[in-house]
Amino acid sequence: MSFLGFPREDGSVGVRNHIGIISVVVCANDVTLKIAQQVEGAVAFLHDQGCTQTLVDLDQVTRTLVNLGKNPNLAGVLLVSLGCESVLIDEIREKIAESEKPVKKVGIQKTGGMLPAIMEGSRIAQEMVIKASTIRRETFDDSYLSIGVKCGASDTTSGLISNPAAGAAFDLIYDHGGTCIFGETTEFLGAEHILMRRAATPEVKKRIEEIVTRMEKRAKMMGVDIRGGQPTTGNIKGGLTTIEEKSLGAIVKAGTRPIHDVYEYGNKITKKGLFIMDSPGREPEFLTGVAAAGVQIIIFSTGIGAPQGFPFVPVLKITGNPKTERYLSDHIDKFIKLPEKGENTIARAGEEIYEEVKAIASGKKTKAEVLGYGQFSNIFTIGPVI
Amino acid sequence: MIKKRTIVINSKDNVATALDDLKAGEVIQEEVDSLKKNIKLNQDVPFGHKFSLKEIPSGSPVIKYGEIIGAASKLIKVGDYVHIHNVKSNRGRGDIKGGSQ
Repeated sequence: MSFLGFPREDGSVGVRNHIGIISVVVCANDVTLKIAQQVEGAVAFLHDQGCTQTLVDLDQVTRTLVNLGKNPNLAGVLLVSLGCESVLIDEIREKIAESEKPVKKVGIQKTGGMLPAIMEGSRIAQEMVIKASTIRRETFDDSYLSIGVKCGASDTTSGLISNPAAGAAFDLIYDHGGTCIFGETTEFLGAEHILMRRAATPEVKKRIEEIVTRMEKRAKMMGVDIRGGQPTTGNIKGGLTTIEEKSLGAIVKAGTRPIHDVYEYGNKITKKGLFIMDSPGREPEFLTGVAAAGVQIIIFSTGIGAPQGFPFVPVLKITGNPKTERYLSDHIDKFIKLPEKGENTIARAGEEIYEEVKAIASGKKTKAEVLGYGQFSNIFTIGPVI
Repeated sequence: MIKKRTIVINSKDNVATALDDLKAGEVIQEEVDSLKKNIKLNQDVPFGHKFSLKEIPSGSPVIKYGEIIGAASKLIKVGDYVHIHNVKSNRGRGDIKGGSQ
């Protein structure tokens, strides 16, 4: 049981070989995007953060950017800054360089504005792409897989079909010695007792309770009913009535194995097993969080049809909704049929998803990758913009 | 083979999920407390939405997946369409003083 991946100096394995053009601050996004558009083989990571925020959030943004840079799907990184931002580009650069991949930087104010910054950045990226193109795929054991799971634009079919199927695939990844990461803490509300029963230790059990209480408190602080925000208007249209119902259907996507640990958002996870990353359910922030954790691929279960991917982590879209499969076929990689009585369709779908993950790991492209859907991401922050 | 039109996920559930767009007046056969029952739908129930298998008094739990998904906000009769108009959430209620449980 193996796949073909790109060996990295720090011992991790990439399934893509991109050069990441990473904005360290919102003000650098335009230049970052232009460089990535100019250089074939480069991908942009854009976000809204990096300046005039509280130190808690700046730490979270820094940590997330560092660990995104360390993601094994990136062969090299070019950091793009404006120059006067709160986050420290040299600190980010030095920490990414711990992974022994090439990391360079370009500053817009220092270079003389947008045009020279695009030129300098494109030249650096061009050189990095050529160097990275000599790295060859090698055979790796399945235990090198690190996979995230997400559900988005959920409806009732998510909890009935595509989430259990994703969960069956997650169990297989776990059983083959890989790393499995899930999150979306808001969607534990009403189902946390089930997750707590699966905690590997009493400490992990306590941590699960803590992050759920914290997330619920944040939502309640606004003084309104969570409904409409969670479940979303689309979820409600899809038949989900309460956050409890959504959560009970959502947590099954993480399978059935013991939960080994709980991580704060944006941390790198190098251990093997099943882990939680505290994170919100919204796509741009969640996908970034698990990409920072180091996942190579994200399994994404959708009901009504969420089309987005992520700039440098392939996102495998699955649905159990036959209408979505029909109307949004350009965005759905795999359709899973509702099990008939006596059929073990879910277990079989789990095996098929597992095989698809390995095919993608070895180079097969997802629909979101081919369409380039998923260029706009974000980093989860807690406090206000100040 | 006749296509399944509804599903009850757990035997403890007091609601079923529609696997097709169901119309008011349709009679659905489902097992409730180990007995086969004919349930006449009181309203349309769209694909993926829920209807009641039992009478659920106001304030009583609504159960799906064998777990509590909320509480009835008014009396729910057998065959009623079950959604945000007659079920309230117990969680994340920043609108209620003291919040949720």
